[in-house]
Amino acid sequence: MLLDWGYVAIFALVGAAMVSLPLLIIWLISPRSDYPQKFETYESGVPTIGQAWSQFHVRYYLFSLVFVVFDVEIIYLYPWAVVARSLGQLAFWEMLTFLVILVLGLLYAWRRGALEWV
Amino acid sequence: MAWGWELLRAFVGTIIIFSAVAFIAVMFGVLLERKISAWMQSRLGPKHVGPQGLLQTLADTVKLLQKENIVPARADRTIFASAVVIVPLAALLDYVVIPFGTTRSGPLIFRDLNIGVLYFAATSSLVVIGILMAGWGSNNKYALIGGLRSAAQMVTYEIPIGLCLVTVALMAGSLSTVTIVNGQQHLWYVVAQPVAFLIFLIAAIAEVNRVPFDLVEAESELVAGYFSEYSGMRFALFQLGEYGEMFAMAAMAVTLFLGGWRGPVLPPVLWFVIKLYALIFVFMWVRWTYPRFRIDQMLNFSWKVLIPVSVLNLVVTAFFVVAVHR
Repeated sequence: MLLDWGYVAIFALVGAAMVSLPLLIIWLISPRSDYPQKFETYESGVPTIGQAWSQFHVRYYLFSLVFVVFDVEIIYLYPWAVVARSLGQLAFWEMLTFLVILVLGLLYAWRRGALEWV
Repeated sequence: MAWGWELLRAFVGTIIIFSAVAFIAVMFGVLLERKISAWMQSRLGPKHVGPQGLLQTLADTVKLLQKENIVPARADRTIFASAVVIVPLAALLDYVVIPFGTTRSGPLIFRDLNIGVLYFAATSSLVVIGILMAGWGSNNKYALIGGLRSAAQMVTYEIPIGLCLVTVALMAGSLSTVTIVNGQQHLWYVVAQPVAFLIFLIAAIAEVNRVPFDLVEAESELVAGYFSEYSGMRFALFQLGEYGEMFAMAAMAVTLFLGGWRGPVLPPVLWFVIKLYALIFVFMWVRWTYPRFRIDQMLNFSWKVLIPVSVLNLVVTAFFVVAVHR
């Protein structure tokens, strides 16, 4: 078990090194010629107006709230899926109850207009 | 010296997988994309570098390596620079649990985690963090909108993918990818679960931000979306991340639904590659067949069609697995 995650850790570390390698190469060999216009933020060629870091209407925030509920639901489903066969009928009916409650929640959100692009 | 041996194996395995994905999957994938696009539009495509243009992507990479490294003055340098590492790394982390084939001594897989499917679900959605960082760090309006759309897409298509993964795990009674492939000895799950396969494929196309769900980098409105400000090798690393993720999704679809490495006569690894490229071809075919969705249509399609259908599919599957088959 611990060995498994040791493998994953090495994969991530060595992988990060390998992905950084081209960045090191360009840092060493890329040409440099600086002038201020080059470092302007791109905005279709006209001078940049203001910052992009401003108040921004995230129009799907209601979706993301419903997403949290469903994502947690799926986490509960994974262990159930593994043992469902050995638990038999009981597992099916219990999970059906759980899913019905969640689907009712989805229907409620749907009826109340949470699933509309605002 | 047992641990030294394990360490060496892990190192060599990582290097092999990274190089294979970068050179075989991504470089060849980009070329394939251009060739298939050309073929579908009655053009010739890249033709001059190497035989039939085979070395085109290699030449492009060498060119990009020599390009100047530009960071916009107003960007957040730390976030801007780290996003480039996170996107390809997150895409490549998926390959830990993909079984490429089998040998006499066991399946050819980096590590057969006992929660492989859950691990895949987790790492495949990590890419969006890199994309959001790129979008925010660039301090560019196009990039920001692209990054936020990517988050919307992840929020929406993560759930159908998760439900399909659970359905397959239920069929196999395990979360390990090797056990799932072994469970398809007699019947591929695509036959038993056509609905889940279709939903997985649609949601996979959305997760890797390809047409018809490429709102993240819609050229006609957002220039290049979240990587508008990236040039040279950094742009190439984003390409590595995108194509790496696409191949990982296709490889997972092969593993879960198309019997993984299983097939008659030919060696297992070859079967895996054939199925993988067949799915990649479908991805590219879809790209030149469907027009782009609008973002509200995209969200509605998942929440009002894919999610109810995949919940229903899960319930029906559970009923048959638990109550009928036993």
